Amino acid sequence: MRNVNIIGAGLAGLSAAAVLAEKKIHVSLISAMPSERAQSVLAEGGINAALDVSGEGDTPKEHMADTLRAGGDIADPEAVRGLAYHAPEVVKRLIDIGVPFNQEDGHIAQRYFGGQKKRRTCYAKSSTGKVIMNALIDVVRRYEAEGYVTRYPHHVFEELHAEDGVCRGVTVRDTYSGTSLAFSGPVIVCAGGLAGFFPGLTTGTTINTGEVQAGLFAKGVVFSNLEMIQYHPTTIKTSAKRCLVSEAARGEGGRLFVDRGGSRWYFMEEKYPELKNLMPRDVVSRKIRNVLHDPACGDQVYLEMSHLPDEVWVRRLPDLREEIIHYLGIDPAKDPVPVSPAIHYFMGGIDTDAQHRTNMEGLYAAGECCSLYHGANRLGGNSMLGAVFGGSVAAETCAGEAKDDGSVSPDVVNSREDGAVRSSFKNELCGVLKEALGIVRNEDGLTRAKDEIRERIVPSASCRMEKMIAALAEAMIESALFRKESRGAHTREDYPKRDPAFCGAVTAALVSGKLEISVRRISGDENPV
Amino acid sequence: MKIRFDILRRKDPESRPYLQSIDYEAASPEETVATALTAFGEEGRFTDTAGNTVEPVRWECSCLQKKCGACAMVINGKPRLACDTFLFEEGKKGRIRLEPLGKFPVVADLIVDRSILFENLKTLQVWSDETVRTDEDNTDSAYEASRCLQCGCCLEVCPNFCAGGSFAGTASFVPQARLLVSLSGAERERVRKSYRKHIYEGCGKSLACRNICPAGINIEQLLIRSNALAIWERVRK
Ligand SMILES: Cc1cc2nc3c(=O)[nH]c(=O)nc-3n(C[C@H](O)[C@H](O)[C@H](O)COP(=O)(O)OP(=O)(O)OC[C@H]3O[C@@H](n4cnc5c(N)ncnc54)[C@H](O)[C@@H]3O)c2cc1C
Ligand code: SF4
Ligand code: SF4
Ligand code: FES
Repeated sequence: MRNVNIIGAGLAGLSAAAVLAEKKIHVSLISAMPSERAQSVLAEGGINAALDVSGEGDTPKEHMADTLRAGGDIADPEAVRGLAYHAPEVVKRLIDIGVPFNQEDGHIAQRYFGGQKKRRTCYAKSSTGKVIMNALIDVVRRYEAEGYVTRYPHHVFEELHAEDGVCRGVTVRDTYSGTSLAFSGPVIVCAGGLAGFFPGLTTGTTINTGEVQAGLFAKGVVFSNLEMIQYHPTTIKTSAKRCLVSEAARGEGGRLFVDRGGSRWYFMEEKYPELKNLMPRDVVSRKIRNVLHDPACGDQVYLEMSHLPDEVWVRRLPDLREEIIHYLGIDPAKDPVPVSPAIHYFMGGIDTDAQHRTNMEGLYAAGECCSLYHGANRLGGNSMLGAVFGGSVAAETCAGEAKDDGSVSPDVVNSREDGAVRSSFKNELCGVLKEALGIVRNEDGLTRAKDEIRERIVPSASCRMEKMIAALAEAMIESALFRKESRGAHTREDYPKRDPAFCGAVTAALVSGKLEISVRRISGDENPV
Repeated sequence: MKIRFDILRRKDPESRPYLQSIDYEAASPEETVATALTAFGEEGRFTDTAGNTVEPVRWECSCLQKKCGACAMVINGKPRLACDTFLFEEGKKGRIRLEPLGKFPVVADLIVDRSILFENLKTLQVWSDETVRTDEDNTDSAYEASRCLQCGCCLEVCPNFCAGGSFAGTASFVPQARLLVSLSGAERERVRKSYRKHIYEGCGKSLACRNICPAGINIEQLLIRSNALAIWERVRK
């Protein structure tokens, strides 16, 4: 039996596993923790598909256009076309495996979400990711019982096997026993975003450490748009992290305000009369930052939801309400909730073509670790879609072309005597990154960060991974320095305008150990940089 | 707020467990046990009450917002999620005792191997070979049953569950209930049979598991509904 190795068992990894197993290809499904603990279970608001259930005339074409526009026109239009046009099929399949989406008048319900004028987001109260994961886990469990999937659910990435630019497999370590296992065959990477680079400062999980990405980067895998980090406008601060207040809260009618001269100023509604509080996330986060810098305004932005009807709290956002009460002691049905922007999603990541191939033969990437669909800013509801759809495309591509059969069972190999990444290292690096890669960036801050990473943040001599993480962090900073324009989530104080010269992906790769950054323009090559 | 943590530690499954006490100064009573454990994971930052440097404490976490079940452990004698346990609740007396869950083999410190949870779901064949129908009648039950974190807290308090036994416990019955409420025909019969064998026959109905679930799943209601569907066949959905 052929074997394919999947690193990551969130939405993208499970979706890829199901497609391969259906074709009777064996999957070694490797993840730091079981699927139930993947970041995908945190997704709240929903998943997009132009189903037009409310008769507003929504179409995949519009979904495609909204995605490209919100993404600052730098995502690959062909890939986005595939995403938008297949979305209804993806959701149909999720309904068939029993995902308990909210229903209305006998059909699936859809809600408004940021950056989109039509109701396009399918949801299950405010735990959409959890219930989709649960249904997909059940699907993969059957293949597991049939012997087509073997799970390695407490196993972390150690090293990619690359020979002459071809991926031959991967070595992972069992965190319970300490044993290292070498897998052969092609690899699909579904390892999530880079939340681990910003401990305590994101809405994501601690297990997405970014170590897989750092390890691939060290082997010459090309990354793109690393500077594109999404700050979600509405998060609340707990003692451990930033918790998301889903965009669904504004989709259902929540309003942002700040105190100005003793009264509530609904700044989004005044500035953007059409989409109001539901402008794309980059716009809302920037606006919040601006009003907080305005001396006429108070120093806290609030989300007002007390006017929402009981129906919303009972049927659509019960879990969100419970969470806010639990962690803040504030009942959003009664009082405004203090919110602030925080890191939520990484648009940038492993660079792939529309079929999810990386630059390395036999290596594919899908889900949040891959930069394909979202350009400079992701639309809410598009990333679960991108993970489920992208995972299946990557699996189809891999199934169609993998030459190396691989082996169904891994070899036990000697562990590298490599130290673990120290939390002090992570915290120091995070301190530098968060200063330089805020909502607004500039040359000075970025240059300082680059120097600090080179000079002050010293990786431990006994930990190769720290060195690789530092190299990827440097590439993030260099990418942000390179993109001398403002677009989507990347706002440069010193280059406030869009520049057509940067209309495309900023790519970063280590070539013979040296960092190379360039731009791959989306349309034509007039005015190359 | 100052709290003394007493942590039952163990380097690996073979070595002897020992109790280590660490004094922790919390920045705020709103901190959770998970916040303290994150601090105890920092190399060389703490000294225990006997004057030894604290080696990073091993525990599992992922979401830090009670949505993934990773951080389940026994806190002051009760199975709970570390990220859901505020210091102002459990630290009132100035002491918090942490132990690994007791029904699973210990890996190290507060980490246990919960593979049996996932094995049981396979044994119970929690999947469907057919389209699963959710409609306005069963969506709410299917949603509730989809919320299980596989944390294992309910098994810790269950007098009838032991790893490897034929009774699979609440952690299996909750995900199975999603299928029970949504399937029909032969697939439904298969799930009913499995429910009878692995859940109904082993459950003592003491409901010790009732108020334990950190996800707040209404276990009693799901049990009643599942019994009605699988045993008494009183309701169709
Ligand atoms: C709070 C929150 C709310 C969200 N809400 C929405 C929403 O409403 N709609 C939407 O579309 N999107 C939403 N998103 C984004 C979306 O959930 C994610 O982008 C998407 O689920 C990513 O899926 P994935 O499969 O790529 O990665 P993940 O689910 O993050 O899975 C990553 C996998 O990789 C494994 N892994 C990581 N590192 C290693 C390693 N070193 N070794 C081995 N394995 C490793 C992990 O164990 C895990 O299995 C939300 C995100 C967050 C954080
Ligand atoms: S009712 Fe009693 S026996 Fe049954 S699962 Fe709950 S605790 Fe266990
Ligand atoms: S039913 Fe509740 S307590 Fe039991 S495993 Fe699921 S989430 Fe945990
Ligand atoms: S870390 Fe996820 S439940 Fe505690």
